[in-house]
Amino acid sequence: MREFRYERADDVDGAVALLAGHPSGAFLAGGTNLVDLMKLGVATPDLLVDVRELTSAEVTDLPDGGLRIGAGVPNADLAADPRVRQRFPVLSQALLAGASGQLRNRATSGGNLLQRTRCGYFTDITVPCNKREPGSGCGALEGVHRNSAILGQTLDGPGTCVATHPSDMAVALAVLDAVVRVTGPDGERQVPVTDLHRLPGDDPSRDTTLRHGELIIAVDVPALGFPSRYRKVRDRASFAFALVSVAAAVRVDDRVVTDVRLALGGVAHRPWRARAAEDALRGQPPTEAAFAAAADAELAAATPLRDNGFKVPLARNLVVRTLLDLVEGSR
Amino acid sequence: MDTEITLRVDGAAHPLTVDTRTTLLDALRERLRNTSPKKGCDHGQCGACTVLLDGRRVNSCLVLAVTVGDAEVTTSDGLAGDDRPHALHRSFVEHDAFQCGYCTPGQICSAAGMLAEARAGWPSAVTGDGEIDLTDAEIRERMSGNLCRCAAYANIVPAVAAVAADEGVRR
Repeated sequence: MREFRYERADDVDGAVALLAGHPSGAFLAGGTNLVDLMKLGVATPDLLVDVRELTSAEVTDLPDGGLRIGAGVPNADLAADPRVRQRFPVLSQALLAGASGQLRNRATSGGNLLQRTRCGYFTDITVPCNKREPGSGCGALEGVHRNSAILGQTLDGPGTCVATHPSDMAVALAVLDAVVRVTGPDGERQVPVTDLHRLPGDDPSRDTTLRHGELIIAVDVPALGFPSRYRKVRDRASFAFALVSVAAAVRVDDRVVTDVRLALGGVAHRPWRARAAEDALRGQPPTEAAFAAAADAELAAATPLRDNGFKVPLARNLVVRTLLDLVEGSR
Repeated sequence: MDTEITLRVDGAAHPLTVDTRTTLLDALRERLRNTSPKKGCDHGQCGACTVLLDGRRVNSCLVLAVTVGDAEVTTSDGLAGDDRPHALHRSFVEHDAFQCGYCTPGQICSAAGMLAEARAGWPSAVTGDGEIDLTDAEIRERMSGNLCRCAAYANIVPAVAAVAADEGVRR
């Protein structure tokens, strides 16, 4: 591990100032991903600014019935919060579907959003990876890519990248239209969570639209008012990243889908908000056929690789099953 | 880069000078000679290094020692009081819940933290509606962060279940 200086600040502004002039520095929160990446030689910060106890560890009510989640709220506490479980079951379920009890105790809400891909080529410094070392190539494209992306990849050129975003929580926040509150050297700003994560485009080294020195201080989740659910398929029953996951929320009035939100995990470089499926489903009856047609509308854009074509029907079936469970539960 | 810290471990305070790169696990094992937590994968995937940090189970291999501050670290050794084994220690012996024993201190700390989570009403991925009931499926899910290469799971689950029943979180 590269040597680094460790600093704490008195407040958020102090932490932002410490990192602003330090291009090779990084914020440290729970450290469950960053410390691991430092051990692997993938992350090599020369300064760590500890923010774990600087940002709020509280979940507070917003006037509209939504919730503000402090960036320092551990994943475990967020999943167990009675308000989250009651108002946003998709969020609690997504959190509980991820990691292990030990990791959820330490990992924070802000850090969860900023965790890096678990693509095996990214985490192995002896092989090519455009995300870790721009211009070195993408080992996964023709290599071991069973769990790589099927949507929105960059399949040629210097930006080639087929990595997936690993977070379950972020997929749930995508359907909840959450807004990320950020403080940086230029002050505060708000970023819709669906604009936080990027597709690889021509620069897969950048996971998010955040600039250096910007710190997530909270996530606002607006009121939802209709049922939601998270469902995840993985290679083992627990403590594994998604092959495909679905976050869904649907409102049905008089046998017509009047509002629907869908997002897929494990299929792209960012949580994949399935707007084509949503558009196809709005105004339709809540039937298996309509759900399947909506899933097909989204997955028509899929560009699976040699060994991960199975994710396309898996995603389709998962969308259908999750929506059916939701409408059957809400009748 | 050396930094001075004080680690509070199993009831005693230990002033230490550590390189900032030192994990809590390495500080415990290599500096304080507390070899109760074990180094398995060193990447947060096996759970052998599990300790309690202010009562919450964490992977000590992913916690930098400089970040611990005043938090109380409890290892499996520290769960024993006055040289009397903890209920989980006894249950693991009674149920023959290990073979080589390497993962056991991590399993014990994880189980202690998990039972506290259940008493606090925390749900898991397999929890339905209603009160927490640590069924075998619940124990397997909640203990999934602890691997056992000897595959002693068939006895670990009953060992944990017995203590859960005594504590009223298994019906």
